Amino acid sequence: MHEMSLCEGVVQLIEDQAAMQQFTRVKTVWLEIGALAGVETQAMHFSFDAVAKGTLADGARLEIIDIAGRAICPACERQVELFARFDGCPECGHYPLELIAGDEMRIKELEVQ
Amino acid sequence: MCTTCGCAEGNTTIEGHSHDHTHDHHHGHDHHDHAEHGHNASHAPGLSHSRILRIEQDILSKNNAYAAENRRQFSRRGMLVLNLVSSPGSGKTTLLTRTLTDLKDDLPMAVIEGDQQTLLDAERIRATGASAIQINTGKGCHLDAHMVGHALEGLQTEDKSVLFIENVGNLVCPASFDLGEAHKVVILSVTEGEDKPLKYPDMFHAADLMLLNKTDLLPHLQFDVDQCIAYAQRVNPGIKVLQLSATTGEGMAQWYQWLQATRAVTLIGHTETAVGA
Repeated sequence: MHEMSLCEGVVQLIEDQAAMQQFTRVKTVWLEIGALAGVETQAMHFSFDAVAKGTLADGARLEIIDIAGRAICPACERQVELFARFDGCPECGHYPLELIAGDEMRIKELEVQ
Repeated sequence: MCTTCGCAEGNTTIEGHSHDHTHDHHHGHDHHDHAEHGHNASHAPGLSHSRILRIEQDILSKNNAYAAENRRQFSRRGMLVLNLVSSPGSGKTTLLTRTLTDLKDDLPMAVIEGDQQTLLDAERIRATGASAIQINTGKGCHLDAHMVGHALEGLQTEDKSVLFIENVGNLVCPASFDLGEAHKVVILSVTEGEDKPLKYPDMFHAADLMLLNKTDLLPHLQFDVDQCIAYAQRVNPGIKVLQLSATTGEGMAQWYQWLQATRAVTLIGHTETAVGA
C-alpha cells in the first residue's frame, strides 16, 4: 500500500504550490500514472480521499490519466506496447527492452481556487 | 508538525525523536524548496474563479529531494550506505548481526533499522556493540528518505563508516523510495522459491547485489539456484549474486570482500583532509 505514501507526496506538493501560487482550495487533481509504475489506481483514489481530508485538497476530484507502457526493442528495433515491466519483445522475444513510457507518476495539472 | 521541514508523519516513530514538542528543534539535513521549477499559471476561460495550473512534477520528487540531501551528506563524509531489502524472514537481521560481529575490528559500522513495530531488531544489533537506531513506520510499508534524514540526527555515525539501512520486510514498496543509498542489496533466502525475481521484478531491477541466503538448507529443498540467478539476471543483467549462509558462515567471506571493495571505492578521494566535519 505505498499508494498512501504517494498520495501524501501529492498533497505535500500541492501545499508547496499553494504557498507559491496563492490558492486556497483545490477542486481537481490530474495525475499521470504509467501502466508499469506499480500503482493501483483504485488504491490511489481511496488513499487520496483519506489523505486529503482536512487539507486544502479536501473533497477534490482525483483524475488519473493512464499512460500505456511502451518500449523499443534493441534487437528488432520495433516500438512495442509493454504490459509487464520486464517482459520480452512480443515480436522477436528479445529482452531486456528499453522502456520509453509507462513508469510515470506525475502531477500534471491542478484546478484551483 | 516540524516547522523546518513540515513533517507530520502520523504513524512513524524514531527512537529518541519526538514530534510532540514545541517545534523549535534543528534538523541537521537541509530541507529545501525544490518546487520552484517553471510552471505556467493560466486562467481557463469559462471557470469562474477557478484556474488550471500546469504542474508536471514527479510525485516522488519530494522524497527524491530528501534522498539527494542524504546522499550529499554521505558523500561529503565518505560513508558507504547500503539499503538492505527483502521479504520478511529472509534473514536480514541475522546477516547483519553476523557481519557486524565478524567485521567489528575492521570497519566502523552503524545501522538504521526499519520495522512497522517493535524495537527488537535494533536491540539485536546493539547487542553486537554497533550503534543502531530503530524507525517504526507504524502502518507504513517502507522507509522513505525523510525518515532516514531524521534517524541520522539521532544516530552516532563516523565519517568513512559503513551504514546499513535495514528496510521494512517487503519486496514491493521499498523499490520505489530512494533513501540516498549507494546500493540496494536484496536478500533472498532459498526457502522462498526461485521465481521471486520474476514475481517482484522492480526490486531485483533496483538492486545492484543479491545475496542468496540460507544456502545451508539447500539439501532439504527443491530450489533451483541456477534458475533463480537466471531469473534475477533477466530483470537485471547487471546484478551480482553471492550465495551464503548467515547461520553457518559459508560464503560470508565473499560478502565481506564485496563490502571492503565497495567501501574502498567510496573512500577514493576522501583523504584525511578531504573529509569535512
